[in-house]
Amino acid sequence: MLTVDTDRCVGAGQCVRTAPAVFDQDEDGLVALRDPAPGPEQQADIRLAAALCPSGAITATPQH
Amino acid sequence: MTSAEPRVVDFPLRKPGEAFPPPHYEEYRKEPGLVLSYLPDGRKVWLVTRHQDVRAVLTDRRISSNPDHPGFPNITATMGVPKQEQIPGWFVGLDSPEHDRFRRALIPEFTVRRVRELRPAVEQTVDRCIDAMLAAGDSADLVADFALPVPSLVISALLGVPPVDRDFFESRTRTLVAIRSSTDQQRDTVTRELMRYINRLVEIKAKWPGEDLISRLLATGSIDPREMSGVLMLLLIAGHETTANNIALGVVTLLQNPEWIGDDRVVEETLRFHSVADLVSLRVAIEDVEISGQLVKAGEGIIPLVAAANHDTEAFGCPYTFDPARTERHHVAFGYGVHQCLGQNLVRIEMEIAYRRLFERIPTLRLAVPVAELPFKYDGVLCGLHALPVSW
Repeated sequence: MLTVDTDRCVGAGQCVRTAPAVFDQDEDGLVALRDPAPGPEQQADIRLAAALCPSGAITATPQH
Repeated sequence: MTSAEPRVVDFPLRKPGEAFPPPHYEEYRKEPGLVLSYLPDGRKVWLVTRHQDVRAVLTDRRISSNPDHPGFPNITATMGVPKQEQIPGWFVGLDSPEHDRFRRALIPEFTVRRVRELRPAVEQTVDRCIDAMLAAGDSADLVADFALPVPSLVISALLGVPPVDRDFFESRTRTLVAIRSSTDQQRDTVTRELMRYINRLVEIKAKWPGEDLISRLLATGSIDPREMSGVLMLLLIAGHETTANNIALGVVTLLQNPEWIGDDRVVEETLRFHSVADLVSLRVAIEDVEISGQLVKAGEGIIPLVAAANHDTEAFGCPYTFDPARTERHHVAFGYGVHQCLGQNLVRIEMEIAYRRLFERIPTLRLAVPVAELPFKYDGVLCGLHALPVSW
C-alpha cells in the first residue's frame, strides 16, 4: 500500500527526484501520486523516497 | 537514561587551522547521550551530533524553532533566529501550524518542475559570469566573480530584485552572518536597512506588478504585506549566501579530486561533505524530552549540528572521504522536518550547472594559492570562503 498525506507534505520535492514515475507535485507543489499502483520494479525507489521525505508524508507498506 | 555527567565541550565555532568538520565531532558522537556546551552569553546548550538524533530533533513537536520560547539558544542578541516582532514573516522561526501558511504560499515557486524551468536562465547567468572572467584575463577571485554572483543574480531575477542592488544586499548579508567581526549594533542596523529596502520594493511591486515571485506572492494575498519583509529577506539571504559557499568549496574539492569533474553526482556529495550550514538550525525544548537517553528539560537549548550528522560513521561509510558514487543519500545538509530547505532543488541545479560549465569552459582552472592559504570563513554560522584566487 502506498499512501501520501498532503497535510504533512512540505513540498521539498525529494520524492519527485527519487521516484519520478511514481510521485508528482500538484499545482500547489504538494505530493501527488502519478501512479497509484506502482509495479515491483518501483518498490526500492518508493522506499527510498519515503525514507528521504523530511515530513513523513509518504507511507509505503510492503504488500504480501 | 544516562546517569553520567554530560561532557562539556567548546562552542562549535570553526577555528583557524582546524579541519572541518572538526575531528572532535567524532568524539562527541561516541559520548553517551548528548554533549553540553555554552553559548557566548554563558547559557547552556545541548549539541546533537549523531545523524539519527539530528533527524529526531528536527521532527519532534516537543522541540521548537520559535525564539519566543524562553531558553531559545540564539548565539548572540542578533545572531540566530529573529522574533516575529523583530522581523515579521521570518517563518523559519515559527512552528507548525503557524509556519505552514508561509511555506505553503512559497512551495509552488520551488517545485522540481518550476526549478527545471529556471535551468536556461541559470545556464545563461553562469555563462555570463564565465564570459566576464575570461574577458578580464587569466586569473580571478572565484568567489567575487562567480560563486557569489551566480546565486545572487538567480535569486534576484526570481524574486524581482534589481540586479544592480547586489552589492547592497550581499554586503549586508556578510555583516549578518559574521559572528565576531560584526557587532550586535551593526547587525541590527543592517537588518533595518534590509527591511526598509524590501518594504520599499514590495510597495513598488504592489503598484507595478511584474513577472516575479514578489508580485505573484502579493497577488495571492496569503501573506500580509507587513510579513513580506521577513519572507523576502529570508529568501534573499538563504538564496545567495549558502549557495555561494557551496559553489566555492565544491570547486576547491573538485580541483583536489579532479577524477570527479564532469560527474553530476558531485552536487549531492558536496552538500554532504561540506555541510556549510552546520550552525544554522537552533531549537529549544518546550517539554522535557529524552534524546539518546539524555534528558533535555523544557526551556533548554538544542543545536543539531548537520555537519556532524553528515559525517556520522553509523549513517555514512567512510564519511570523511569525498565519494560522489556513494549510495547513501540521506544527508541532512538541507535540514530535515518541516523546515527542510525550500530552495534545495534550485541550489542543486545552480551547483550542477556552475561546476559543469566552469570546468567545460575553463579546463585548465587551478588554484592560485595552496589550499592551506585559502581564506576560510572562521567567523560565521556558515562555512565557506571569503575569496578563492584561481588562474588558468
